Amino acid sequence: MTLEILFAGFGGQGILFSGKLLAYKALLEDRQVSWLPSYGPEMRGGTANCSVTISDTPIGSPIITKPDILIAMNLPSLDKYEDAVKPGGKIFIDSTLITRHVKRTDVEVYEIPATMLANEMGAPTLANMVMTGKLMSVVPEISRDFLEDALHKCVSARHQNLYDLNLKAMDIGAAYEC
Amino acid sequence: MAEKVLMKGNEAIAEAAIRSGCRHYFGYPITPQTELAAYMAKMMPKIGGTFLQAESEIAAINMVYGVAGTGKRVMTSSSSPGVSLKQEGISYIAGSDLPALIINVQRGGPGLGGIQPSQSDYFQATKGGGHGDYHLIVLAPASVQEMADLTALAFDLADKYRMPAMILADGTIGQMMEPVTLENIEYKPVEKPWAITGTEGKRKHNIINSLYLNPEMLEKKNLERFERYKTVEENEVRFESFMMDDAEIGLVAYGIAARVAKNAVTALRAEGIKAGLIRPVTLWPFPKKAVLEASDKVKAFVSVELSMGQMIEDIKLAENSKKPVVLCSRVGGMIPTPEQIIETVKNLEGGMD
Repeated sequence: MTLEILFAGFGGQGILFSGKLLAYKALLEDRQVSWLPSYGPEMRGGTANCSVTISDTPIGSPIITKPDILIAMNLPSLDKYEDAVKPGGKIFIDSTLITRHVKRTDVEVYEIPATMLANEMGAPTLANMVMTGKLMSVVPEISRDFLEDALHKCVSARHQNLYDLNLKAMDIGAAYEC
Repeated sequence: MAEKVLMKGNEAIAEAAIRSGCRHYFGYPITPQTELAAYMAKMMPKIGGTFLQAESEIAAINMVYGVAGTGKRVMTSSSSPGVSLKQEGISYIAGSDLPALIINVQRGGPGLGGIQPSQSDYFQATKGGGHGDYHLIVLAPASVQEMADLTALAFDLADKYRMPAMILADGTIGQMMEPVTLENIEYKPVEKPWAITGTEGKRKHNIINSLYLNPEMLEKKNLERFERYKTVEENEVRFESFMMDDAEIGLVAYGIAARVAKNAVTALRAEGIKAGLIRPVTLWPFPKKAVLEASDKVKAFVSVELSMGQMIEDIKLAENSKKPVVLCSRVGGMIPTPEQIIETVKNLEGGMD
Protein backbone atom coordinates (compact mmCIF):
# COMPACT_ATOMS: atom_id res chain seq x y z
CA MET A 1 0.00 0.00 0.00
CA THR A 2 1.27 3.44 -0.96
CA LEU A 3 -0.96 6.47 -0.50
CA GLU A 4 0.00 9.93 -1.74
CA ILE A 5 -1.98 12.73 -0.13
CA LEU A 6 -1.79 16.42 -1.03
CA PHE A 7 -3.18 19.05 1.36
CA ALA A 8 -3.49 22.54 -0.14
CA GLY A 9 -4.95 25.85 0.95
CA PHE A 10 -4.07 29.25 2.41
CA GLY A 11 -1.23 29.73 4.88
CA GLY A 12 -2.85 29.74 8.35
CA GLN A 13 -5.56 27.15 7.58
CA GLY A 14 -3.62 24.39 9.31
CA ILE A 15 -2.62 22.64 6.10
CA LEU A 16 0.79 21.61 7.46
CA PHE A 17 -0.73 20.58 10.80
CA SER A 18 -3.22 18.19 9.20
CA GLY A 19 -0.41 16.63 7.17
CA LYS A 20 1.74 16.29 10.26
CA LEU A 21 -1.07 14.53 12.13
CA LEU A 22 -1.35 11.90 9.39
CA ALA A 23 2.43 11.55 9.27
CA TYR A 24 2.66 10.94 13.05
CA LYS A 25 -0.21 8.46 12.90
CA ALA A 26 1.59 6.54 10.17
CA LEU A 27 4.80 6.58 12.21
CA LEU A 28 2.96 5.12 15.22
CA GLU A 29 1.48 2.46 12.93
CA ASP A 30 5.06 1.55 12.04
CA ARG A 31 4.61 2.52 8.40
CA GLN A 32 6.98 4.38 6.12
CA VAL A 33 6.11 8.07 5.83
CA SER A 34 7.37 11.33 4.38
CA TRP A 35 5.98 14.85 4.92
CA LEU A 36 7.08 17.61 2.60
CA PRO A 37 5.83 21.18 3.07
CA SER A 38 5.88 24.09 0.70
CA TYR A 39 8.06 26.73 2.32
CA GLY A 40 8.91 30.36 1.87
CA PRO A 41 7.00 33.50 0.96
CA GLU A 42 3.78 31.61 0.26
CA MET A 43 3.53 30.90 3.98
CA ARG A 44 2.96 34.59 4.65
CA GLY A 45 -0.60 34.71 3.34
CA GLY A 46 -0.45 32.95 -0.01
CA THR A 47 -1.04 29.31 -0.79
CA ALA A 48 0.48 26.56 1.35
CA ASN A 49 0.57 22.88 0.62
CA CYS A 50 2.01 19.72 2.03
CA SER A 51 2.64 16.30 0.54
CA VAL A 52 2.28 13.23 2.75
CA THR A 53 3.25 9.79 1.47
CA ILE A 54 2.30 6.77 3.57
CA SER A 55 3.52 3.35 2.52
CA ASP A 56 4.25 -0.18 3.64
CA THR A 57 7.46 -0.16 1.57
CA PRO A 58 10.38 2.33 1.53
CA ILE A 59 9.40 5.65 -0.04
CA GLY A 60 11.29 6.88 -3.09
CA SER A 61 10.65 10.50 -3.88
CA PRO A 62 8.71 12.51 -1.27
CA ILE A 63 7.51 14.80 -4.07
CA ILE A 64 3.95 14.06 -5.15
CA THR A 65 3.07 14.81 -8.75
CA LYS A 66 -0.06 12.61 -9.03
CA PRO A 67 -1.83 12.43 -5.66
CA ASP A 68 -4.28 9.67 -4.76
CA ILE A 69 -6.06 12.15 -2.52
CA LEU A 70 -6.36 15.95 -2.76
CA ILE A 71 -7.70 18.05 0.10
CA ALA A 72 -8.34 21.52 -1.32
CA MET A 73 -9.16 24.22 1.22
CA ASN A 74 -9.42 27.12 -1.27
CA LEU A 75 -10.19 27.75 -4.92
CA PRO A 76 -6.61 28.39 -6.15
CA SER A 77 -5.61 24.98 -4.76
CA LEU A 78 -8.47 23.20 -6.51
CA ASP A 79 -7.68 25.04 -9.77
CA LYS A 80 -4.01 24.12 -9.49
CA TYR A 81 -4.22 20.46 -8.48
CA GLU A 82 -7.58 19.11 -9.71
CA ASP A 83 -6.12 17.74 -12.94
CA ALA A 84 -3.17 16.12 -11.16
CA VAL A 85 -5.25 13.69 -9.07
CA LYS A 86 -4.98 10.06 -10.20
CA PRO A 87 -8.05 8.65 -11.98
CA GLY A 88 -10.11 6.84 -9.34
CA GLY A 89 -8.66 9.08 -6.63
CA LYS A 90 -10.48 11.26 -4.13
CA ILE A 91 -10.94 15.04 -3.94
CA PHE A 92 -12.11 16.71 -0.73
CA ILE A 93 -13.06 20.39 -0.93
CA ASP A 94 -14.11 22.98 1.64
CA SER A 95 -17.36 23.99 -0.02
CA THR A 96 -17.73 27.08 2.19
CA LEU A 97 -14.73 28.66 0.49
CA ILE A 98 -14.85 26.91 -2.89
CA THR A 99 -18.02 27.92 -4.69
CA ARG A 100 -17.56 25.81 -7.83
CA HIS A 101 -17.90 22.05 -8.17
CA VAL A 102 -15.15 19.61 -9.07
CA LYS A 103 -15.08 19.16 -12.86
CA ARG A 104 -13.45 15.74 -12.93
CA THR A 105 -15.86 12.83 -13.28
CA ASP A 106 -13.32 10.03 -12.80
CA VAL A 107 -12.69 10.74 -9.10
CA GLU A 108 -14.74 10.50 -5.90
CA VAL A 109 -15.71 13.96 -4.69
CA TYR A 110 -16.46 15.01 -1.11
CA GLU A 111 -17.81 18.54 -0.64
CA ILE A 112 -17.71 19.53 3.03
CA PRO A 113 -18.63 23.05 4.23
CA ALA A 114 -15.73 22.77 6.67
CA THR A 115 -15.28 26.46 7.42
CA MET A 116 -19.00 26.84 8.14
CA LEU A 117 -19.06 23.76 10.38
CA ALA A 118 -15.98 25.00 12.24
CA ASN A 119 -17.57 28.43 12.72
CA GLU A 120 -20.73 26.81 14.07
CA MET A 121 -18.79 24.95 16.72
CA GLY A 122 -17.06 28.19 17.69
CA ALA A 123 -13.59 27.18 16.44
CA PRO A 124 -13.17 28.90 13.06
CA THR A 125 -9.50 27.86 12.82
CA LEU A 126 -10.32 24.15 12.90
CA ALA A 127 -11.82 23.76 9.41
CA ASN A 128 -8.73 21.69 8.59
CA MET A 129 -9.64 19.22 11.33
CA VAL A 130 -13.23 18.96 10.08
CA MET A 131 -11.78 18.01 6.68
CA THR A 132 -9.33 15.57 8.27
CA GLY A 133 -12.17 13.93 10.21
CA LYS A 134 -14.09 13.33 7.00
CA LEU A 135 -10.94 12.07 5.28
CA MET A 136 -10.38 9.47 8.01
CA SER A 137 -14.00 8.32 7.90
CA VAL A 138 -13.93 7.47 4.19
CA VAL A 139 -10.33 6.36 3.49
CA PRO A 140 -9.86 2.89 4.96
CA GLU A 141 -6.05 3.16 4.86
CA ILE A 142 -6.23 6.16 7.22
CA SER A 143 -8.22 4.85 10.17
CA ARG A 144 -8.53 6.50 13.56
CA ASP A 145 -6.02 4.04 15.03
CA PHE A 146 -3.34 5.85 17.02
CA LEU A 147 -5.18 9.12 16.34
CA GLU A 148 -5.13 10.28 19.96
CA ASP A 149 -1.43 9.59 20.45
CA ALA A 150 -0.61 11.29 17.16
CA LEU A 151 -2.70 14.32 18.08
CA HIS A 152 -0.90 14.63 21.43
CA LYS A 153 2.41 14.71 19.58
CA CYS A 154 1.22 17.37 17.12
CA VAL A 155 -0.54 19.74 19.52
CA SER A 156 2.17 21.82 21.21
CA ALA A 157 2.42 21.85 24.99
CA ARG A 158 0.91 25.33 25.31
CA HIS A 159 -2.08 24.40 23.14
CA GLN A 160 -3.03 21.14 24.89
CA ASN A 161 -6.28 22.86 25.97
CA LEU A 162 -7.29 22.72 22.29
CA TYR A 163 -6.84 18.95 22.15
CA ASP A 164 -10.50 18.09 22.86
CA LEU A 165 -11.68 20.76 20.44
CA ASN A 166 -9.54 19.22 17.68
CA LEU A 167 -11.13 15.82 18.30
CA LYS A 168 -14.61 17.38 18.33
CA ALA A 169 -13.96 19.09 14.97
CA MET A 170 -12.91 15.75 13.53
CA ASP A 171 -16.07 14.07 14.84
CA ILE A 172 -18.20 16.77 13.21
CA GLY A 173 -16.37 16.25 9.91
CA ALA A 174 -16.74 12.47 10.12
CA ALA A 175 -20.48 12.76 10.84
CA TYR A 176 -21.17 15.15 7.97
CA GLU A 177 -23.08 13.49 5.11
CA CYS A 178 -21.89 14.80 1.73
CA MET B 1 14.31 -1.39 18.10
CA ALA B 2 15.45 2.18 18.55
CA GLU B 3 12.63 4.70 18.88
CA LYS B 4 11.80 6.66 15.76
CA VAL B 5 10.64 10.25 15.80
CA LEU B 6 9.47 12.56 13.05
CA MET B 7 11.91 15.36 12.37
CA LYS B 8 12.70 17.84 9.66
CA GLY B 9 16.02 17.22 7.92
CA ASN B 10 17.39 20.49 9.28
CA GLU B 11 16.47 19.52 12.85
CA ALA B 12 17.96 16.05 12.42
CA ILE B 13 21.31 17.61 11.51
CA ALA B 14 21.20 19.80 14.62
CA GLU B 15 20.27 16.96 17.00
CA ALA B 16 22.86 14.63 15.44
CA ALA B 17 25.54 17.32 15.83
CA ILE B 18 24.71 17.75 19.51
CA ARG B 19 24.83 13.98 20.05
CA SER B 20 28.18 13.94 18.22
CA GLY B 21 29.64 16.24 20.86
CA CYS B 22 29.26 19.56 19.07
CA ARG B 23 28.77 22.29 21.66
CA HIS B 24 29.59 25.33 19.53
CA TYR B 25 27.37 26.63 16.77
CA PHE B 26 27.79 29.92 14.93
CA GLY B 27 25.45 30.98 12.17
CA TYR B 28 23.28 33.54 10.50
CA PRO B 29 19.69 32.84 9.44
CA ILE B 30 18.76 32.06 5.85
CA THR B 31 15.99 30.04 4.19
CA PRO B 32 15.83 27.04 3.78
CA GLN B 33 18.13 26.04 6.66
CA THR B 34 16.73 28.23 9.45
CA GLU B 35 15.21 25.37 11.49
CA LEU B 36 18.75 24.13 12.10
CA ALA B 37 19.83 27.41 13.71
CA ALA B 38 16.52 27.62 15.59
CA TYR B 39 17.03 24.13 17.03
CA MET B 40 20.54 25.05 18.16
CA ALA B 41 19.28 28.31 19.70
CA LYS B 42 16.80 26.32 21.75
CA MET B 43 19.03 23.43 22.77
CA MET B 44 22.57 24.77 23.22
CA PRO B 45 21.83 26.93 26.31
CA LYS B 46 20.21 23.91 28.00
CA ILE B 47 23.29 21.70 27.63
CA GLY B 48 26.00 24.23 28.39
CA GLY B 49 26.80 24.80 24.74
CA THR B 50 27.19 27.99 22.72
CA PHE B 51 24.70 29.21 20.16
CA LEU B 52 25.70 32.51 18.65
CA GLN B 53 23.95 34.37 15.88
CA ALA B 54 26.85 36.25 14.35
CA GLU B 55 26.65 39.64 12.64
CA SER B 56 27.31 37.97 9.28
CA GLU B 57 28.22 34.65 7.66
CA ILE B 58 31.83 35.82 7.42
CA ALA B 59 31.95 36.43 11.17
CA ALA B 60 30.32 33.06 11.83
CA ILE B 61 32.86 31.03 9.83
CA ASN B 62 35.74 32.85 11.53
CA MET B 63 34.26 32.00 14.93
CA VAL B 64 34.22 28.39 13.70
CA TYR B 65 37.90 28.80 12.75
CA GLY B 66 38.69 29.98 16.26
CA VAL B 67 36.92 27.16 18.10
CA ALA B 68 38.28 24.56 15.65
CA GLY B 69 41.79 25.62 16.71
CA THR B 70 41.00 24.59 20.28
CA GLY B 71 40.07 21.08 19.12
CA LYS B 72 36.40 21.37 20.09
CA ARG B 73 33.74 20.13 17.71
CA VAL B 74 32.21 23.14 15.98
CA MET B 75 29.87 23.87 13.12
CA THR B 76 28.07 26.48 11.06
CA SER B 77 25.18 26.21 8.65
CA SER B 78 23.75 28.29 5.87
CA SER B 79 22.29 28.15 2.39
CA SER B 80 23.94 28.91 -0.92
CA PRO B 81 24.48 32.73 -0.86
CA GLY B 82 25.58 32.48 2.76
CA VAL B 83 27.99 29.64 2.02
CA SER B 84 29.60 31.78 -0.70
CA LEU B 85 30.33 34.37 1.99
CA LYS B 86 32.00 31.72 4.14
CA GLN B 87 34.49 30.61 1.49
CA GLU B 88 37.40 32.74 2.68
CA GLY B 89 37.11 31.30 6.18
CA ILE B 90 36.76 27.75 4.85
CA SER B 91 40.01 28.17 2.89
CA TYR B 92 41.77 29.38 6.08
CA ILE B 93 40.42 26.40 8.06
CA ALA B 94 41.61 24.00 5.33
CA GLY B 95 44.97 25.81 5.20
CA SER B 96 45.33 25.42 8.95
CA ASP B 97 44.44 21.70 8.83
CA LEU B 98 41.52 22.03 11.20
CA PRO B 99 38.41 19.86 11.52
CA ALA B 100 35.06 21.68 11.32
CA LEU B 101 31.61 21.08 9.85
CA ILE B 102 29.88 23.35 7.35
CA ILE B 103 26.28 22.68 6.32
CA ASN B 104 24.92 23.92 2.99
CA VAL B 105 21.16 23.44 2.53
CA GLN B 106 21.22 24.56 -1.07
CA ARG B 107 18.80 26.93 -2.81
CA GLY B 108 18.64 28.17 -6.40
CA GLY B 109 21.30 30.58 -7.65
CA PRO B 110 23.43 32.35 -8.77
CA GLY B 111 23.25 35.57 -6.79
CA LEU B 112 20.42 35.72 -4.29
CA GLY B 113 18.60 33.31 -6.61
CA GLY B 114 15.52 31.87 -4.97
CA ILE B 115 14.65 29.86 -1.88
CA GLN B 116 13.56 26.60 -3.50
CA PRO B 117 15.80 23.49 -3.58
CA SER B 118 18.85 23.25 -5.83
CA GLN B 119 22.11 21.37 -6.27
CA SER B 120 23.94 24.10 -8.10
CA ASP B 121 26.72 24.49 -5.50
CA TYR B 122 28.28 21.15 -6.51
CA PHE B 123 31.34 22.79 -8.10
CA GLN B 124 31.78 25.12 -5.14
CA ALA B 125 31.59 22.25 -2.64
CA THR B 126 33.70 19.66 -4.45
CA LYS B 127 36.27 21.73 -6.35
CA GLY B 128 37.47 24.08 -3.66
CA GLY B 129 35.15 27.05 -3.38
CA GLY B 130 37.67 29.26 -1.67
CA HIS B 131 41.21 30.02 -2.87
CA GLY B 132 44.13 27.64 -2.81
CA ASP B 133 44.62 23.90 -3.32
CA TYR B 134 42.32 22.13 -0.90
CA HIS B 135 39.39 19.76 -0.57
CA LEU B 136 36.50 19.32 1.77
CA ILE B 137 34.99 15.95 2.57
CA VAL B 138 31.56 16.43 0.99
CA LEU B 139 28.64 14.24 2.07
CA ALA B 140 25.28 14.24 0.30
CA PRO B 141 22.31 12.98 2.36
CA ALA B 142 19.21 11.68 0.56
CA SER B 143 16.93 11.18 3.56
CA VAL B 144 16.29 12.67 6.98
CA GLN B 145 17.99 9.61 8.52
CA GLU B 146 21.09 10.33 6.46
CA MET B 147 20.99 13.99 7.48
CA ALA B 148 21.59 12.66 11.00
CA ASP B 149 23.95 9.78 10.20
CA LEU B 150 26.17 11.73 7.81
CA THR B 151 26.44 14.62 10.25
CA ALA B 152 27.88 12.22 12.82
CA LEU B 153 30.17 10.71 10.18
CA ALA B 154 31.30 14.15 9.00
CA PHE B 155 32.50 15.09 12.50
CA ASP B 156 34.39 11.78 12.80
CA LEU B 157 36.04 12.10 9.38
CA ALA B 158 36.92 15.75 9.92
CA ASP B 159 38.67 14.84 13.17
CA LYS B 160 40.37 11.80 11.68
CA TYR B 161 41.85 13.61 8.69
CA ARG B 162 42.11 17.11 10.23
CA MET B 163 40.13 18.77 7.47
CA PRO B 164 36.80 20.56 7.16
CA ALA B 165 33.78 18.52 6.08
CA MET B 166 30.60 19.69 4.41
CA ILE B 167 27.05 18.35 4.31
CA LEU B 168 25.70 19.29 0.88
CA ALA B 169 21.93 19.04 1.26
CA ASP B 170 19.10 20.92 -0.42
CA GLY B 171 15.88 22.68 0.54
CA THR B 172 13.74 19.58 0.10
CA ILE B 173 15.73 17.30 2.37
CA GLY B 174 16.09 20.17 4.86
CA GLN B 175 12.37 20.89 5.03
CA MET B 176 10.88 17.42 4.81
CA MET B 177 10.00 15.23 7.78
CA GLU B 178 10.64 11.50 7.92
CA PRO B 179 10.99 9.02 10.76
CA VAL B 180 14.50 9.13 12.14
CA THR B 181 16.36 7.36 14.91
CA LEU B 182 19.25 9.08 16.62
CA GLU B 183 20.00 6.57 19.34
CA ASN B 184 22.99 4.98 17.62
CA ILE B 185 24.92 8.24 17.38
CA GLU B 186 27.65 8.43 19.97
CA TYR B 187 30.51 10.82 20.55
CA LYS B 188 33.93 9.22 20.24
CA PRO B 189 36.44 11.89 21.27
CA VAL B 190 39.89 11.68 19.68
CA GLU B 191 43.22 12.95 20.96
CA LYS B 192 44.12 16.33 19.47
CA PRO B 193 47.69 17.07 20.52
CA TRP B 194 47.83 19.92 18.00
CA ALA B 195 45.02 21.90 19.65
CA ILE B 196 45.64 25.21 21.41
CA THR B 197 44.37 24.47 24.89
CA GLY B 198 46.91 26.25 27.12
CA THR B 199 50.35 24.78 27.77
CA GLU B 200 50.24 25.11 31.58
CA GLY B 201 53.96 25.71 31.16
CA LYS B 202 54.46 21.99 30.52
CA ARG B 203 54.78 21.76 26.75
CA LYS B 204 55.90 23.77 23.76
CA HIS B 205 53.06 25.92 22.48
CA ASN B 206 51.07 24.89 19.40
CA ILE B 207 50.62 27.23 16.45
CA ILE B 208 47.53 27.32 14.25
CA ASN B 209 48.31 29.23 11.09
CA SER B 210 47.80 29.24 7.33
CA LEU B 211 50.53 31.79 6.46
CA TYR B 212 53.80 30.40 5.07
CA LEU B 213 55.93 33.10 3.42
CA ASN B 214 58.67 30.59 2.67
CA PRO B 215 57.62 28.96 -0.65
CA GLU B 216 59.49 25.70 0.07
CA MET B 217 57.64 25.39 3.36
CA LEU B 218 54.27 26.22 1.75
CA GLU B 219 54.85 23.67 -0.99
CA LYS B 220 55.75 21.06 1.64
CA LYS B 221 52.50 21.82 3.52
CA ASN B 222 50.48 21.45 0.30
CA LEU B 223 52.16 18.15 -0.58
CA GLU B 224 51.57 16.78 2.92
CA ARG B 225 47.92 17.79 2.73
CA PHE B 226 47.47 16.06 -0.61
CA GLU B 227 49.04 12.86 0.76
CA ARG B 228 46.26 12.94 3.34
CA TYR B 229 43.66 13.60 0.62
CA LYS B 230 44.94 10.51 -1.19
CA THR B 231 44.25 8.40 1.92
CA VAL B 232 40.75 9.87 2.11
CA GLU B 233 40.14 8.98 -1.55
CA GLU B 234 41.35 5.43 -0.90
CA ASN B 235 39.38 4.82 2.30
CA GLU B 236 36.31 6.99 2.51
CA VAL B 237 34.38 6.66 -0.75
CA ARG B 238 30.74 5.86 -0.06
CA PHE B 239 27.91 5.23 -2.50
CA GLU B 240 24.71 3.23 -2.95
CA SER B 241 24.23 0.95 -5.93
CA PHE B 242 20.60 0.28 -6.90
CA MET B 243 19.76 -2.34 -9.58
CA MET B 244 23.13 -1.82 -11.27
CA ASP B 245 24.05 -5.51 -11.66
CA ASP B 246 22.50 -5.92 -15.11
CA ALA B 247 21.79 -2.26 -15.87
CA GLU B 248 22.11 -1.01 -19.44
CA ILE B 249 21.43 2.60 -18.52
CA GLY B 250 23.22 3.89 -15.43
CA LEU B 251 21.62 6.87 -13.74
CA VAL B 252 23.89 8.83 -11.42
CA ALA B 253 22.23 11.12 -8.89
CA TYR B 254 22.68 12.32 -5.31
CA GLY B 255 20.41 13.82 -2.65
CA ILE B 256 16.82 14.56 -3.61
CA ALA B 257 17.58 13.91 -7.30
CA ALA B 258 18.52 10.33 -6.35
CA ARG B 259 15.17 9.83 -4.63
CA VAL B 260 13.34 10.83 -7.83
CA ALA B 261 15.77 8.78 -9.96
CA LYS B 262 15.05 5.69 -7.85
CA ASN B 263 11.33 6.03 -8.60
CA ALA B 264 12.22 6.33 -12.30
CA VAL B 265 14.40 3.18 -12.16
CA THR B 266 11.57 1.20 -10.54
CA ALA B 267 9.09 2.42 -13.18
CA LEU B 268 11.53 1.69 -16.05
CA ARG B 269 12.20 -1.82 -14.71
CA ALA B 270 8.43 -2.45 -14.62
CA GLU B 271 8.45 -1.70 -18.35
CA GLY B 272 11.36 -4.07 -18.93
CA ILE B 273 13.98 -1.35 -19.41
CA LYS B 274 17.16 -2.23 -17.54
CA ALA B 275 18.01 0.96 -15.67
CA GLY B 276 20.04 1.26 -12.49
CA LEU B 277 21.25 3.99 -10.16
CA ILE B 278 24.60 4.89 -8.66
CA ARG B 279 24.01 7.29 -5.76
CA PRO B 280 27.18 8.99 -4.54
CA VAL B 281 27.02 9.52 -0.77
CA THR B 282 30.45 11.13 -0.78
CA LEU B 283 30.71 13.73 -3.56
CA TRP B 284 34.33 14.27 -2.61
CA PRO B 285 35.83 11.75 -2.74
CA PHE B 286 33.67 10.89 -5.77
CA PRO B 287 32.91 7.16 -6.34
CA LYS B 288 35.12 7.07 -9.44
CA LYS B 289 35.77 3.33 -9.30
CA ALA B 290 32.07 2.44 -9.14
CA VAL B 291 31.37 4.59 -12.21
CA LEU B 292 34.40 3.21 -14.09
CA GLU B 293 33.38 -0.39 -13.37
CA ALA B 294 29.81 0.33 -14.48
CA SER B 295 31.08 1.79 -17.75
CA ASP B 296 32.06 -1.72 -18.90
CA LYS B 297 28.46 -2.85 -18.59
CA VAL B 298 26.13 0.06 -19.36
CA LYS B 299 25.38 1.58 -22.76
CA ALA B 300 25.17 5.11 -21.38
CA PHE B 301 24.98 7.18 -18.21
CA VAL B 302 22.44 9.83 -17.25
CA SER B 303 23.45 12.50 -14.75
CA VAL B 304 20.30 13.60 -12.91
CA GLU B 305 20.95 16.95 -11.25
CA LEU B 306 19.28 20.10 -9.98
CA SER B 307 22.03 22.02 -11.76
CA MET B 308 23.10 22.84 -15.32
CA GLY B 309 25.53 19.92 -15.62
CA GLN B 310 28.08 19.97 -12.79
CA MET B 311 28.39 16.42 -11.47
CA ILE B 312 28.31 15.22 -15.09
CA GLU B 313 31.97 16.35 -15.37
CA ASP B 314 33.04 14.03 -12.56
CA ILE B 315 31.13 11.14 -14.18
CA LYS B 316 32.93 11.75 -17.50
CA LEU B 317 36.32 11.96 -15.77
CA ALA B 318 35.61 8.77 -13.84
CA GLU B 319 34.59 6.67 -16.87
CA ASN B 320 37.24 8.18 -19.16
CA SER B 321 34.53 9.09 -21.72
CA LYS B 322 34.08 5.38 -22.52
CA LYS B 323 30.30 5.71 -22.77
CA PRO B 324 28.04 8.69 -23.53
CA VAL B 325 26.85 10.70 -20.53
CA VAL B 326 23.72 12.83 -20.92
CA LEU B 327 22.21 15.36 -18.56
CA CYS B 328 18.68 15.31 -17.15
CA SER B 329 18.10 18.38 -15.02
CA ARG B 330 15.84 21.11 -13.75
CA VAL B 331 17.18 24.29 -12.17
CA GLY B 332 16.06 27.46 -10.41
CA GLY B 333 14.31 25.58 -7.60
CA MET B 334 12.53 23.06 -9.84
CA ILE B 335 12.93 19.29 -9.46
CA PRO B 336 12.89 16.77 -12.33
CA THR B 337 9.86 14.45 -12.33
CA PRO B 338 10.28 10.68 -12.66
CA GLU B 339 8.50 11.09 -16.04
CA GLN B 340 11.23 13.46 -17.28
CA ILE B 341 13.92 10.97 -16.32
CA ILE B 342 12.00 8.08 -17.90
CA GLU B 343 11.67 10.09 -21.14
CA THR B 344 15.41 10.86 -21.14
CA VAL B 345 16.22 7.17 -20.74
CA LYS B 346 13.76 6.11 -23.46
CA ASN B 347 15.15 8.68 -25.89
CA LEU B 348 18.60 7.34 -25.15
CA GLU B 349 17.49 3.75 -25.74
CA GLY B 350 15.80 4.74 -29.01
CA GLY B 351 18.93 6.49 -30.24
CA MET B 352 21.04 3.40 -29.66
CA ASP B 353 19.01 0.68 -31.28
